[in-house]
Amino acid sequence: MDFLIPLILKRTGFAFLTLFTISILIFVGVEALPGDTAEAILGQGATKENVAALRKELKLDMPVHTRYISWLGDLCQGELGNSLSNGRPVSEMIGWRFKNTLLLASSAAVVSIPLAILLGLICALYQNSWLDKILSTSTLSAISLPEFFVAYLLIVVFVVQFELFPSVAVLKSGMAISEIINILVLPCLTLTLVVLAHMMRMTRATIIGVLSSPYIEMARLKGVRKHKVIFYHALPNALSPIINVVVMDLAWLVVGVVVVEVVFVYPGLGQLLVDSVSKRDIPVVQTSGLIFACTYIFLNLTADVLSIISNPKLRHPK
Amino acid sequence: MDDYKNGVTRRQFMAGTIAAGVAASIPGQGLFKNAWALAPKKGGAMKLGLAGGSTTDSLDPATFSGVFDQMSSMGLYRNPFLELDRKGELHPELVTEWSAEPGAKVWNFKLRKDVEFHNGKAMDVDDAIFSINHHRGKDNKSQIASVVKPIKEIKKMGKYEFKIILEEASADFPYILSSTRMPCVPNGTTNFQDGMGTGGYIMKDWEPGVRAYGERNPNYFKEDKAFFDSVEIITMTDDTARTTALKTGQVDMINRPDRKTARLLGKMKGIQIINTPGGLTYTFPMRMDQKPYDNVDFRRAVKYSVDREALIKTILQGYGVPGNDIPVPSYVKYAANSIPQRQYDPDKVKFHLKKSGYQDEVVRLHVADMVYTGCVDTAQLWKEHATKAGLKMDVVKEANDGYWSKVWNKKPFCASFWYARPTVDWILSMTYVSGASANESNWKVPSFDKLVKEARAELNDEKRKVLYFELQKILHEDGSVVIPMIANIVDAASDKIGFNPVAGNVELDGLRACERWWFKS
Repeated sequence: MDFLIPLILKRTGFAFLTLFTISILIFVGVEALPGDTAEAILGQGATKENVAALRKELKLDMPVHTRYISWLGDLCQGELGNSLSNGRPVSEMIGWRFKNTLLLASSAAVVSIPLAILLGLICALYQNSWLDKILSTSTLSAISLPEFFVAYLLIVVFVVQFELFPSVAVLKSGMAISEIINILVLPCLTLTLVVLAHMMRMTRATIIGVLSSPYIEMARLKGVRKHKVIFYHALPNALSPIINVVVMDLAWLVVGVVVVEVVFVYPGLGQLLVDSVSKRDIPVVQTSGLIFACTYIFLNLTADVLSIISNPKLRHPK
Repeated sequence: MDDYKNGVTRRQFMAGTIAAGVAASIPGQGLFKNAWALAPKKGGAMKLGLAGGSTTDSLDPATFSGVFDQMSSMGLYRNPFLELDRKGELHPELVTEWSAEPGAKVWNFKLRKDVEFHNGKAMDVDDAIFSINHHRGKDNKSQIASVVKPIKEIKKMGKYEFKIILEEASADFPYILSSTRMPCVPNGTTNFQDGMGTGGYIMKDWEPGVRAYGERNPNYFKEDKAFFDSVEIITMTDDTARTTALKTGQVDMINRPDRKTARLLGKMKGIQIINTPGGLTYTFPMRMDQKPYDNVDFRRAVKYSVDREALIKTILQGYGVPGNDIPVPSYVKYAANSIPQRQYDPDKVKFHLKKSGYQDEVVRLHVADMVYTGCVDTAQLWKEHATKAGLKMDVVKEANDGYWSKVWNKKPFCASFWYARPTVDWILSMTYVSGASANESNWKVPSFDKLVKEARAELNDEKRKVLYFELQKILHEDGSVVIPMIANIVDAASDKIGFNPVAGNVELDGLRACERWWFKS
């Protein structure tokens, strides 16, 4: 297992290289968009004079590479800079929103992952039965619908018809845990429904694949109970692809929840990113982009490490 | 009349006075003002779901860009110097008296003496001068820098008096002090994010694009305003989220309910739609310096080619009035309401096209979804009307991003909109005078400029009326901007919210709903 350490180190090195490339791409991408922060803020009221004045104040009149290098220099010193549109420190704007996004993502993960694996196992157990077919069809339908539509459906049922939960999920500091849970139920449920099918069907497919192996047949012939066959003999060998799917969906939960945030008015990082791109607020976009990139890189690394650990063939390479 | 459709007239009857009953049938004349000036009640924690906030908002008045920041400042934490009412008249706010010296180049202003900021500091002339100067100066980035440019000098005349000397005469100058972008802030402010002001609500929490929270200022200098104990403004960009929040009582009022479902929303128990004729003009500027729009007959042909009534019905769902190609809504002083309304006229289109010699020209109308809801649909409908009338038209859908920098004020024919400014002079000077930066149609007529300047300096009411009529007639006949519709301001609130007749210049009672409205029980 001690080959894991150099692997992790090597991957971390690549991670930095990736982040650096991403930061350049984001900078170039935002620059390529028409207009800049000054024009975006002033909008219809932009005259040549006040755009020029605002640009000067925001230091946007300096050439691209100067701005990038100065941003990079600040970053290396731990300074994330200030938002171009309202002058607030980026760390202040992003910090609590990222926590909110993580809260939503992790609560959705905590619900959806065990549920998906369990349902996948059940489907594999009762393959092609009516239960399997119903579960497959309904989860596939949920994943085919756009997320906002699923959100609207849930709102119609649980907020308007039955008045069980609020449709506005504005988190405030100092809220009680029970209140937070009450607010999070519907956004969580929306996200769960959207990612469930992917993980569940992958679990099902992998388990079914493993179930057709000869050693499973041997276990059955020996008289091992069906559930023991699945849990102790099949599942451990199916873990690798399942972990990969779970991690991919985890990453999506952090990064792809903008729509859910907008519909439920949840103050997370996604909404901030959308607003910042439309105002060309480069410091905020860069930091958000890099945070998302780090999330993906970290989760990918975790997935690979877990895959290796769970597969004895990779654990002890000959 | 529409203001009172959803419950107020019934209330008048219940009050039982004949005067109120008669007054209820006269829309907003204020004849029996006391009879129907409903008695406001104090109290309650109000929640407002607002569309139009962004995480990039700031409390610096020079860079206000949307509704959220302007409303936080204008309606909650701070005050403008003068108040604009629903009829376009000015009332004292922080400034109590104002007068012009003969010639209308020098104006004298007196301030209120008993006003305090939320931190206890007394407001005086230094704060006023600082607040105005924040937008002045050669390299000023403020959105209203061009509006305050005519100010040559501001002189301090006493602890509560100041004098403004203008470059040239302007009879409507004081209107500038009612601007939502020029609130009074303490002298020397560098960090505007602290929300310091004199307003009815003290800032307790402000997160751009998320939430603005204020608690009632017990020291507020107005005794007859600011009735809620606390106000919470929550940004809700998604239409469905906003409407659902109002339906389920999670908020007490919202702005911009979806027009297509507004009628249904108003029919629901406990919800009222507030429909006010307003100043939201939808304009389609044709660049006069680009062929074929330099030809006045071609411009006339384009103006006759749109069916305005059909647009009001389909795009605005009836919540609006036809525009007459004049950028002045009917409630503004000196609006030329007597000019006959232009109608859809295929014959005149053909006549003017022939006269212009551009019969085969294909008109390309550039639009985008983000300009306003229904912008692209308007263009598609117009294409139908125009084609039937013999004018060839194409709709070019532009990207949402960068519309205001790449399309507006650049392409030959595009879509735009304006919340009409409070005076005719302001509207014309901002958008129709040669060299004005917001002159979206590049309208350059020296005789027109001269007339505008003459009207601006004229203090005699009758003479001004004649001059402004002349100017509006010119725009109606020869102008380079098609203005087919003027939209009503439509807001929605729970039945528990009470209000006096509502202003229509901007949404939510001129952005001052937080201090003008109250809970009925």
